[in-house]
Amino acid sequence: MDVAAARAPRRLVLALGITIALLAAAAPFLPSYVVIVLTEGLIYAIAAASLDLLLGFTGLPSLGHAAFFAVGAYATGILVTRHRVSFAIALLASILLAAAATGITGIPRPRLLTGAASGTLAFYYTILVVFAGCLTLYLLVVWSPFGKTLIGIRDSESRMRVLGYNVFLHTYVAMIVAGAFAGVAGSLYAYFNGFVGPSTVDLAHSMQFVLMVIMGGPATIVGPVIGAFVVTFLEKLVSIVTDRWMMVLAAVYVVTALWAPRGILGVLRGAR
Amino acid sequence: MAFWVNQAFNGISYAALLFLVGGGLTLIFGVMKVVNVAHGSFYLMGGYLGLALVALTGNFYVALLGASLLIALGGMGLERVLLRAVEGDDLRQMLLTMGVALFLQDACLLIWGGDPYNLKGPAYFDQSLKVAGFRFPFLRLFMIGAAAALFVVLWWFQEKTRAGAKLRAAVDNAEMTEALGINVPVLRMAVFGLGAFLAGFGGVVGAAFMGVYPGLDFEILPYAFVVVIVGGMGSLGGALVAAVVLGLADNFGKALFPEISYFTLFEPMALVLALRPSGLFGRA
Repeated sequence: MDVAAARAPRRLVLALGITIALLAAAAPFLPSYVVIVLTEGLIYAIAAASLDLLLGFTGLPSLGHAAFFAVGAYATGILVTRHRVSFAIALLASILLAAAATGITGIPRPRLLTGAASGTLAFYYTILVVFAGCLTLYLLVVWSPFGKTLIGIRDSESRMRVLGYNVFLHTYVAMIVAGAFAGVAGSLYAYFNGFVGPSTVDLAHSMQFVLMVIMGGPATIVGPVIGAFVVTFLEKLVSIVTDRWMMVLAAVYVVTALWAPRGILGVLRGAR
Repeated sequence: MAFWVNQAFNGISYAALLFLVGGGLTLIFGVMKVVNVAHGSFYLMGGYLGLALVALTGNFYVALLGASLLIALGGMGLERVLLRAVEGDDLRQMLLTMGVALFLQDACLLIWGGDPYNLKGPAYFDQSLKVAGFRFPFLRLFMIGAAAALFVVLWWFQEKTRAGAKLRAAVDNAEMTEALGINVPVLRMAVFGLGAFLAGFGGVVGAAFMGVYPGLDFEILPYAFVVVIVGGMGSLGGALVAAVVLGLADNFGKALFPEISYFTLFEPMALVLALRPSGLFGRA
């Protein structure tokens, strides 16, 4: 999968570019609720893809990824509500800062595009831009020699060590990079949700990221993006039909684990 | 003085619960190397089933044993039907057990609703043993006694029986064990059932101790993992020691430094991971 991506980057880049362009073009015509769900999906896509750097590419299953996400969320929450910081600085600080606090509420949306069609739409485009930026950076990392080294480490740490690579340094940097991106997603989440609390950091939330990565297809970056959207949309769609949406979601997870081991992307590629 | 005695007693009784939950998980982890995210669900369902059985039979002990056995059966069924298909693949196991855990959590919500329940044990649970001016609630004494008894039984089983030897062999080297002709798949199923039994048992006792409510499964899961990690995967003795250490650390931490109560629990784990990654009694 990752090999295929490496062999045909141009096709993949084209496909991704078209998708993003479609997401941008279609938004004004979609019902407001769909745009909101798409926004949430994009935020989680950034987070899930950041976890893929660790899980899929470096072979480090991290059950604590929500921590980095939450750091970004809390940092933004505190900075924006208590210090009236601008979006850019909050985003930057979220990437940089580490803080933990009790629940913070009432985080206002950033006002960036004055005179835009509606708050929902403007926010969506902001997130879309950040998402596109993150995606580009992810792919650059993954296709770089650094990314290839990570894959080597995942496949066999001892081999890489024997070959002279500094395995610890690589995994350490991978963790920091993944954490930074998760912080980005967390920061956006704080704006989106308007509320940050200890529930953002709990084990179930961390597991949700792992699920998105595995559902979509690990070690592909694109897979977790798909996984994030699938999980986010599934939650919303199924809850319309039944109160027992969690059961349905859980059943989907079980079925995926049993019959789609490489995730959705694995199924799609297998069908090709 | 009274403070220290009381907190130590509370810590030990909490350790009993931690041992039950963590001991089961360490066996599962040790033998099968499975990240069983559904272990908390065994605990939760044990509590709820215990409630149902007490309502049905009126007898706490029957409910205790019955619920634990039911959970054990369920665990074995889970292993046989679902887990076997994803053997060896960590990520798929995680996804599968997570799915099962979420499914069971929602099922419990459906059946028993969102209200918390407290299991009503036998009448003497509400009374205390008065010794040297201190009061030791019988419920806590029962917890400690039951966990200690189970530990002794399990330890005897593991060290003095052939089946226990097979289990230890499987923990050490599953491939070799299978090559020697021991039926490892059946062993795996049995171990999973045993782990589930312990978790269910802990669930019933825990329900009498601190109640049962939605979300308890994911609350207790990190504690179980900490016991496994600190004690060492597959080591029952390690789980006991770890449970005691953590029970005391948690209680004293909460009593002395309530603001960082979670930290006082997980910091020993971080220390153990940094200094002795295989756990206190684990085999590397």
